Amino acid sequence: MGMTIGEKIIAKAAGVKSVKPGDIHTVTLDRMMSNDGTTHLTIDMYYNQLKNPRIADKDKIVFIMDHNVPAENPKTAEAHKKMRNFAREQGIKLYEGQGVCHQIMMEDYVCPGELIFGADSHTCAYGALGAFGTGVGCTDLLYGIVTGQSWVLVPETIRFNLTGKLPKGVYPRDLILTIIGDIGANGANYKIMEFAGEGAHNLSINDRIVLCNLCVEAGAKTGIVEPDDKVIEYVKSRGRNVEHMFISDDDAVYEKVYNYDLSKIQPVVARPDFVDDVIPLKDLGRVKIDQAFLGSCNNGRIDELRVAANLLKGKKVKEDVRFLVAPASNEVYLQALEEGIMDTLMEAGAQIMNANCSVCWGSCQGVIGENEVLVSTGTRNFKGRAGHPSSKVYLASAETVTRAAITGYIESQEEM
Amino acid sequence: MEKFTGKVWILGDDIDTDIIIPTEYLALPTVEDMKPYGFSPLRPELAGQIEEGDIIVAGKNFGCGSSREQAPEIIKALKVRCVIAKSYARIFFRNSINNGLLLIENDQIQDVVKEGDMLTVTLGESIEHEGNHYPIHSLPDNLMDIINAGGLVKAMQKRNGIIE
Repeated sequence: MGMTIGEKIIAKAAGVKSVKPGDIHTVTLDRMMSNDGTTHLTIDMYYNQLKNPRIADKDKIVFIMDHNVPAENPKTAEAHKKMRNFAREQGIKLYEGQGVCHQIMMEDYVCPGELIFGADSHTCAYGALGAFGTGVGCTDLLYGIVTGQSWVLVPETIRFNLTGKLPKGVYPRDLILTIIGDIGANGANYKIMEFAGEGAHNLSINDRIVLCNLCVEAGAKTGIVEPDDKVIEYVKSRGRNVEHMFISDDDAVYEKVYNYDLSKIQPVVARPDFVDDVIPLKDLGRVKIDQAFLGSCNNGRIDELRVAANLLKGKKVKEDVRFLVAPASNEVYLQALEEGIMDTLMEAGAQIMNANCSVCWGSCQGVIGENEVLVSTGTRNFKGRAGHPSSKVYLASAETVTRAAITGYIESQEEM
Repeated sequence: MEKFTGKVWILGDDIDTDIIIPTEYLALPTVEDMKPYGFSPLRPELAGQIEEGDIIVAGKNFGCGSSREQAPEIIKALKVRCVIAKSYARIFFRNSINNGLLLIENDQIQDVVKEGDMLTVTLGESIEHEGNHYPIHSLPDNLMDIINAGGLVKAMQKRNGIIE
């Protein structure tokens, strides 16, 4: 029986020839990532609950501060201090204020064929480079850093065959929200979402990250785009080698197969308070907003910043609307500066934030008040996610968000 | 088989981790400090009403969202005996086992039970409600060992295992 990409990666990590869904395997992790959301909890357990603890392999661990950066209150500052000290003591690589963890991982670490655990649910993004990234809690992370290993239950794989190209003004963000709307918030629970076909290969690495990153919002253990020459080119351009690159066998077994013609995808919006409450933008009606946010591990890269700058050139952000922009990393930020994107955004009245999780995390920046409405390129629109429990979050593409910042309304172009 | 009875609190589908514990309270120093805010976006009064041994009954996809481990920790700190839901999001499921929170899967009880009703659970066998029995599966033994020990770290300590 053939295997899917995800099954092959697990087999490699388990040191066995083949695996099948339902098997439980002990695996050696290629890499582990932890951010300031929970690293302090892992460190507390490390020191207080283990006898003679040790780190299995410090070079496989990356700590990234991105959730509450810079610290917004003394409690966070203490948690950061703990993380910094531990990293220094153990010789673990630490990034502070350099960008959102998943973007840093893409830029500096992820290689095809790797099995990576991250103490953050959107770790599933790493499939954009043909890796198996999955989110875990701080206890699983602790077990991983101390033993170098973990266990996995081999998930079933759902295949998404993509054909065609997205129309102008339609983005991978619209595609993945459409898919989540179709299959539901638990439509891929504990499954691998595998994207393949010429439609997938047409997508840039930037676009593939958008796709894989949101798979957890359909409950998936991970999302993987079938890797190709674009992945090799990207990884090599970042100074890394490609050692293992897996594609699915022709006789691989899928739990389900879906076909999506990208040319049929249209702009969509996920309504509050569920990521799978997705409707076409044209059917939404005009929704007045208080704040717009462009950024996050899903949608804060150079492609999205360019979309915003092109739309905002010579225009102004609507009075009474706050438009907050957080680049996904400092590297993205520098590139945007070089291209004059930041000039355009600031001249239009946008507020530029440092590279961090920002509004998407609903804690340290741009929190919204009672009954306020936010349109966002962030990852989630759960009740109270961005601030007060009565506030509302709509998820949409960079184009829809920027247009809303200009007019003050989420609306389709026909309405404008 | 272990058997226990508890009073029911009803929650719906897709109860996400931001509902279980909103981001703004994650900076509080301990789970005990966070506990009063459990489920607050949805039902601010609930955390104060839950009593030791109570049972949460919910719909599909319980615990969807973030990997924050404070979510199962808070439910455990509220002394909820177990959660019964139609299905669980995978990260939450794993985190619950690692923190010793018992999760039971059943998709029938939601149709018959009302808030405040009493349920009797016999692990690996059934849920009893007003004389009717609804079958449940048991988790694999190795996962039950972790739950019974009070979580993964405690199980490792108990086993005198890899981390010594």
